[in-house]
Amino acid sequence: MKPVSKLLTANSGHENWVPLIAAAAREVFELMLGCQLTGPTSAEAIPPDITAMVGLTGGLCGVLSVRCDERTAVLMTSKMLGAALDKIGPEVSDALGEVCNMVAGNFKNKIPGLGDGCQLSPPTVITGSEYDLHFPADSLGLDVRLGFEGMPIAISLQIHSSGLSVPGQVLAGEEPNTVDTKA
Amino acid sequence: MNSVRALIVDDSSVMRKIVERCLRQAGIDLKQVLEAGNGAEALTVLQSNPVDLILCDINMPVMDGLEFVKQLSGVANAKGVPVVMITTEGSEDHVVQAISCGARGYIRKPFTAEQVKEHVIPVLAGK
Repeated sequence: MKPVSKLLTANSGHENWVPLIAAAAREVFELMLGCQLTGPTSAEAIPPDITAMVGLTGGLCGVLSVRCDERTAVLMTSKMLGAALDKIGPEVSDALGEVCNMVAGNFKNKIPGLGDGCQLSPPTVITGSEYDLHFPADSLGLDVRLGFEGMPIAISLQIHSSGLSVPGQVLAGEEPNTVDTKA
Repeated sequence: MNSVRALIVDDSSVMRKIVERCLRQAGIDLKQVLEAGNGAEALTVLQSNPVDLILCDINMPVMDGLEFVKQLSGVANAKGVPVVMITTEGSEDHVVQAISCGARGYIRKPFTAEQVKEHVIPVLAGK
Protein backbone atom coordinates (compact mmCIF):
# COMPACT_ATOMS: atom_id res chain seq x y z
CA MET A 1 0.00 0.00 0.00
CA LYS A 2 1.31 3.42 -0.93
CA PRO A 3 1.94 5.86 1.92
CA VAL A 4 -0.44 8.76 2.16
CA SER A 5 2.21 11.26 1.14
CA LYS A 6 2.59 9.45 -2.17
CA LEU A 7 -1.12 9.43 -2.80
CA LEU A 8 -1.80 13.03 -1.94
CA THR A 9 0.46 14.85 -4.30
CA ALA A 10 -0.71 17.75 -6.39
CA ASN A 11 -0.87 15.46 -9.41
CA SER A 12 -2.61 12.55 -7.74
CA GLY A 13 -5.82 13.21 -9.62
CA HIS A 14 -7.83 14.23 -6.57
CA GLU A 15 -8.16 17.69 -8.06
CA ASN A 16 -10.54 16.04 -10.54
CA TRP A 17 -12.97 15.80 -7.65
CA VAL A 18 -13.43 19.57 -7.53
CA PRO A 19 -16.19 19.57 -10.20
CA LEU A 20 -17.89 16.71 -8.36
CA ILE A 21 -17.90 18.70 -5.12
CA ALA A 22 -19.43 21.62 -7.00
CA ALA A 23 -21.99 19.36 -8.68
CA ALA A 24 -22.92 17.81 -5.33
CA ALA A 25 -23.45 21.27 -3.84
CA ARG A 26 -25.47 22.49 -6.82
CA GLU A 27 -27.85 19.54 -6.52
CA VAL A 28 -28.36 20.06 -2.80
CA PHE A 29 -29.17 23.74 -3.24
CA GLU A 30 -31.41 23.11 -6.22
CA LEU A 31 -33.42 20.31 -4.62
CA MET A 32 -33.55 21.43 -1.00
CA LEU A 33 -33.44 25.22 -1.26
CA GLY A 34 -34.89 25.74 -4.73
CA CYS A 35 -31.87 27.83 -5.75
CA GLN A 36 -29.32 27.65 -8.51
CA LEU A 37 -25.76 28.16 -7.33
CA THR A 38 -23.67 30.33 -9.59
CA GLY A 39 -19.96 30.70 -10.15
CA PRO A 40 -17.86 32.58 -7.59
CA THR A 41 -19.01 36.13 -7.00
CA SER A 42 -15.59 37.54 -6.16
CA ALA A 43 -12.13 36.50 -5.06
CA GLU A 44 -12.31 38.35 -1.76
CA ALA A 45 -12.18 36.39 1.47
CA ILE A 46 -15.46 35.20 2.97
CA PRO A 47 -15.96 36.22 6.59
CA PRO A 48 -16.25 32.76 8.17
CA ASP A 49 -19.11 33.65 10.49
CA ILE A 50 -20.37 30.10 10.40
CA THR A 51 -18.58 26.91 9.37
CA ALA A 52 -20.12 23.44 9.15
CA MET A 53 -17.89 20.37 8.97
CA VAL A 54 -18.55 16.71 8.30
CA GLY A 55 -15.87 14.06 8.74
CA LEU A 56 -15.36 11.25 6.27
CA THR A 57 -13.74 7.97 7.20
CA GLY A 58 -13.13 4.65 5.51
CA GLY A 59 -12.13 4.64 1.85
CA LEU A 60 -11.69 8.37 2.06
CA CYS A 61 -10.59 10.10 5.25
CA GLY A 62 -10.96 13.83 5.54
CA VAL A 63 -13.24 16.71 6.34
CA LEU A 64 -15.74 18.49 4.12
CA SER A 65 -16.63 21.98 5.23
CA VAL A 66 -19.10 24.65 4.12
CA ARG A 67 -18.54 28.20 5.32
CA CYS A 68 -20.25 31.48 4.73
CA ASP A 69 -21.13 34.72 6.44
CA GLU A 70 -24.07 35.16 8.78
CA ARG A 71 -26.37 36.82 6.28
CA THR A 72 -25.87 33.98 3.80
CA ALA A 73 -26.50 31.32 6.46
CA VAL A 74 -29.70 33.01 7.57
CA LEU A 75 -30.97 33.20 3.98
CA MET A 76 -30.09 29.53 3.40
CA THR A 77 -32.08 28.57 6.48
CA SER A 78 -35.03 30.69 5.38
CA LYS A 79 -35.05 28.95 2.01
CA MET A 80 -34.89 25.51 3.61
CA LEU A 81 -37.67 26.22 6.08
CA GLY A 82 -39.78 28.20 3.65
CA ALA A 83 -40.10 30.92 6.28
CA ALA A 84 -38.43 34.29 6.64
CA LEU A 85 -35.74 34.61 9.31
CA ASP A 86 -33.99 37.83 10.19
CA LYS A 87 -31.27 36.72 12.60
CA ILE A 88 -29.00 33.84 13.43
CA GLY A 89 -30.33 31.19 15.82
CA PRO A 90 -30.03 27.47 16.54
CA GLU A 91 -31.96 26.56 13.43
CA VAL A 92 -29.28 28.27 11.30
CA SER A 93 -26.54 26.01 12.68
CA ASP A 94 -28.82 23.04 12.19
CA ALA A 95 -29.56 24.01 8.59
CA LEU A 96 -25.95 24.64 7.60
CA GLY A 97 -24.94 21.34 9.22
CA GLU A 98 -27.56 19.55 7.17
CA VAL A 99 -26.42 21.28 3.98
CA CYS A 100 -22.85 20.20 4.70
CA ASN A 101 -23.99 16.65 5.47
CA MET A 102 -25.95 16.42 2.22
CA VAL A 103 -23.11 17.86 0.13
CA ALA A 104 -20.68 15.36 1.67
CA GLY A 105 -23.07 12.44 1.15
CA ASN A 106 -23.96 13.48 -2.36
CA PHE A 107 -20.29 13.94 -3.22
CA LYS A 108 -19.19 10.53 -1.95
CA ASN A 109 -22.05 8.87 -3.81
CA LYS A 110 -20.65 10.33 -7.03
CA ILE A 111 -17.31 8.58 -6.60
CA PRO A 112 -17.45 5.01 -7.93
CA GLY A 113 -16.69 2.55 -5.16
CA LEU A 114 -16.82 5.10 -2.37
CA GLY A 115 -20.48 5.03 -1.38
CA ASP A 116 -20.31 1.77 0.57
CA GLY A 117 -16.81 2.24 1.88
CA CYS A 118 -17.00 5.71 3.36
CA GLN A 119 -18.92 6.83 6.42
CA LEU A 120 -19.93 10.35 7.43
CA SER A 121 -19.78 11.85 10.89
CA PRO A 122 -22.61 13.97 12.24
CA PRO A 123 -22.03 17.62 11.31
CA THR A 124 -20.15 19.99 13.58
CA VAL A 125 -20.89 23.70 13.30
CA ILE A 126 -18.63 26.54 14.44
CA THR A 127 -19.89 30.10 14.73
CA GLY A 128 -17.46 33.00 14.81
CA SER A 129 -14.17 33.55 13.06
CA GLU A 130 -11.63 33.40 15.88
CA TYR A 131 -10.34 29.92 15.23
CA ASP A 132 -7.69 28.09 13.23
CA LEU A 133 -8.11 24.69 11.67
CA HIS A 134 -5.09 22.39 11.65
CA PHE A 135 -4.89 19.38 9.39
CA PRO A 136 -2.17 16.73 8.94
CA ALA A 137 0.79 18.22 7.10
CA ASP A 138 0.48 15.88 4.14
CA SER A 139 -3.25 16.36 3.63
CA LEU A 140 -4.57 17.85 0.42
CA GLY A 141 -7.17 20.60 0.22
CA LEU A 142 -9.71 21.03 -2.56
CA ASP A 143 -11.58 24.32 -2.55
CA VAL A 144 -14.72 25.39 -4.36
CA ARG A 145 -16.29 28.83 -4.24
CA LEU A 146 -19.81 29.31 -5.45
CA GLY A 147 -22.40 32.05 -5.38
CA PHE A 148 -25.70 31.75 -3.53
CA GLU A 149 -28.15 34.57 -4.26
CA GLY A 150 -25.19 36.81 -5.05
CA MET A 151 -23.33 35.90 -1.87
CA PRO A 152 -20.25 33.69 -1.72
CA ILE A 153 -20.03 30.32 -0.04
CA ALA A 154 -16.87 28.26 0.26
CA ILE A 155 -16.77 24.48 0.23
CA SER A 156 -13.55 22.65 1.08
CA LEU A 157 -12.60 19.01 1.11
CA GLN A 158 -9.48 18.34 3.13
CA ILE A 159 -8.25 14.86 2.26
CA HIS A 160 -6.19 13.12 4.92
CA SER A 161 -5.90 9.81 3.11
CA SER A 162 -7.50 8.07 0.19
CA GLY A 163 -7.17 4.46 -0.83
CA LEU A 164 -9.00 4.96 -4.09
CA SER A 165 -6.94 3.98 -7.10
CA VAL A 166 -8.92 5.89 -9.74
CA PRO A 167 -9.81 9.21 -8.20
CA GLY A 168 -11.94 11.61 -10.13
CA GLN A 169 -13.79 9.20 -12.36
CA VAL A 170 -16.84 11.15 -13.44
CA LEU A 171 -20.24 9.55 -13.52
CA ALA A 172 -22.40 9.80 -16.60
CA GLY A 173 -24.47 12.95 -16.68
CA GLU A 174 -22.04 15.15 -14.80
CA GLU A 175 -20.67 18.26 -16.46
CA PRO A 176 -17.36 18.84 -14.74
CA ASN A 177 -16.18 21.54 -17.09
CA THR A 178 -18.99 23.95 -16.41
CA VAL A 179 -17.84 24.99 -12.95
CA ASP A 180 -15.44 27.80 -12.27
CA THR A 181 -13.69 26.85 -9.07
CA LYS A 182 -11.16 29.64 -8.77
CA ALA A 183 -11.15 31.13 -5.32
CA MET B 1 -56.63 8.58 1.04
CA ASN B 2 -57.49 8.86 4.73
CA SER B 3 -55.85 11.34 7.05
CA VAL B 4 -52.42 10.20 8.09
CA ARG B 5 -50.66 10.32 11.44
CA ALA B 6 -46.94 10.59 10.66
CA LEU B 7 -43.86 10.24 12.83
CA ILE B 8 -40.76 11.99 11.48
CA VAL B 9 -37.47 10.91 13.04
CA ASP B 10 -34.37 12.99 12.33
CA ASP B 11 -31.79 14.65 14.55
CA SER B 12 -32.17 17.85 12.52
CA SER B 13 -35.26 19.89 13.38
CA VAL B 14 -34.87 21.73 10.07
CA MET B 15 -34.94 18.45 8.17
CA ARG B 16 -38.03 17.30 10.09
CA LYS B 17 -39.82 20.46 8.99
CA ILE B 18 -38.71 19.94 5.38
CA VAL B 19 -39.98 16.37 5.39
CA GLU B 20 -43.33 17.51 6.80
CA ARG B 21 -43.60 20.20 4.13
CA CYS B 22 -42.82 17.67 1.40
CA LEU B 23 -45.51 15.33 2.69
CA ARG B 24 -48.05 18.15 2.53
CA GLN B 25 -46.83 19.17 -0.94
CA ALA B 26 -47.23 15.54 -1.97
CA GLY B 27 -50.93 15.91 -1.24
CA ILE B 28 -50.90 13.73 1.85
CA ASP B 29 -53.56 14.79 4.33
CA LEU B 30 -51.70 14.91 7.63
CA LYS B 31 -53.97 14.55 10.63
CA GLN B 32 -51.07 14.60 13.08
CA VAL B 33 -47.29 15.01 12.80
CA LEU B 34 -45.11 13.72 15.60
CA GLU B 35 -41.38 14.32 15.77
CA ALA B 36 -38.41 12.63 17.39
CA GLY B 37 -34.69 13.44 17.35
CA ASN B 38 -33.43 9.86 17.38
CA GLY B 39 -34.60 6.26 17.44
CA ALA B 40 -34.87 6.04 21.21
CA GLU B 41 -37.07 9.14 21.37
CA ALA B 42 -39.18 7.73 18.56
CA LEU B 43 -39.76 4.48 20.45
CA THR B 44 -40.92 6.53 23.45
CA VAL B 45 -43.28 8.57 21.26
CA LEU B 46 -44.75 5.37 19.84
CA GLN B 47 -45.52 3.98 23.29
CA SER B 48 -48.42 6.39 23.62
CA ASN B 49 -49.14 7.44 20.03
CA PRO B 50 -50.33 5.20 17.23
CA VAL B 51 -49.17 6.33 13.79
CA ASP B 52 -49.80 5.35 10.16
CA LEU B 53 -46.41 6.24 8.67
CA ILE B 54 -42.84 6.64 9.89
CA LEU B 55 -40.14 8.56 8.03
CA CYS B 56 -36.73 8.02 9.53
CA ASP B 57 -33.14 9.19 9.08
CA ILE B 58 -30.36 6.60 9.47
CA ASN B 59 -27.41 8.48 10.98
CA MET B 60 -28.58 9.78 14.34
CA PRO B 61 -27.08 9.93 17.83
CA VAL B 62 -28.23 7.69 20.69
CA MET B 63 -30.06 5.21 18.44
CA ASP B 64 -29.67 5.17 14.68
CA GLY B 65 -32.43 4.52 12.20
CA LEU B 66 -31.52 0.92 11.44
CA GLU B 67 -31.57 -0.07 15.11
CA PHE B 68 -34.85 1.79 15.54
CA VAL B 69 -36.48 -0.15 12.71
CA LYS B 70 -35.22 -3.44 14.18
CA GLN B 71 -36.80 -2.60 17.54
CA LEU B 72 -40.15 -1.59 16.04
CA SER B 73 -41.34 -5.20 15.98
CA GLY B 74 -41.68 -5.04 19.75
CA VAL B 75 -43.86 -1.92 19.74
CA ALA B 76 -47.60 -2.52 19.63
CA ASN B 77 -48.39 0.87 18.09
CA ALA B 78 -45.96 0.19 15.25
CA LYS B 79 -47.34 -3.17 14.10
CA GLY B 80 -47.66 -3.04 10.31
CA VAL B 81 -46.74 0.64 10.14
CA PRO B 82 -44.63 1.33 7.04
CA VAL B 83 -41.22 2.93 7.53
CA VAL B 84 -39.50 4.96 4.83
CA MET B 85 -35.85 5.82 5.40
CA ILE B 86 -34.64 9.30 4.41
CA THR B 87 -30.88 9.63 4.51
CA THR B 88 -27.69 10.87 2.89
CA GLU B 89 -26.38 7.30 2.92
CA GLY B 90 -27.39 6.30 -0.58
CA SER B 91 -25.21 3.28 -1.18
CA GLU B 92 -26.68 -0.04 -2.21
CA ASP B 93 -25.35 -1.58 0.97
CA HIS B 94 -27.33 0.85 3.11
CA VAL B 95 -30.50 0.30 1.09
CA VAL B 96 -30.19 -3.47 1.50
CA GLN B 97 -29.54 -3.06 5.22
CA ALA B 98 -32.55 -0.80 5.66
CA ILE B 99 -34.90 -3.09 3.75
CA SER B 100 -33.63 -6.17 5.58
CA CYS B 101 -34.29 -4.38 8.89
CA GLY B 102 -37.90 -3.84 7.87
CA ALA B 103 -38.01 -0.51 6.02
CA ARG B 104 -40.49 -0.34 3.13
CA GLY B 105 -38.90 2.51 1.22
CA TYR B 106 -35.74 4.54 0.89
CA ILE B 107 -35.29 8.18 -0.11
CA ARG B 108 -31.86 9.69 -0.56
CA LYS B 109 -31.09 13.25 0.53
CA PRO B 110 -31.21 15.66 -1.22
CA PHE B 111 -34.76 15.01 -2.37
CA THR B 112 -37.78 16.74 -3.85
CA ALA B 113 -41.40 16.67 -2.76
CA GLU B 114 -42.11 14.70 -5.92
CA GLN B 115 -39.64 12.00 -4.84
CA VAL B 116 -41.24 11.85 -1.42
CA LYS B 117 -44.60 11.41 -3.11
CA GLU B 118 -43.29 8.65 -5.39
CA HIS B 119 -41.99 6.68 -2.44
CA VAL B 120 -44.60 7.35 0.22
CA ILE B 121 -47.91 7.10 -1.64
CA PRO B 122 -47.40 3.45 -2.73
CA VAL B 123 -46.24 2.54 0.76
CA LEU B 124 -49.34 4.10 2.30
CA ALA B 125 -51.47 2.27 -0.24
CA GLY B 126 -49.89 -0.98 0.90
CA LYS B 127 -48.17 -1.69 -2.40
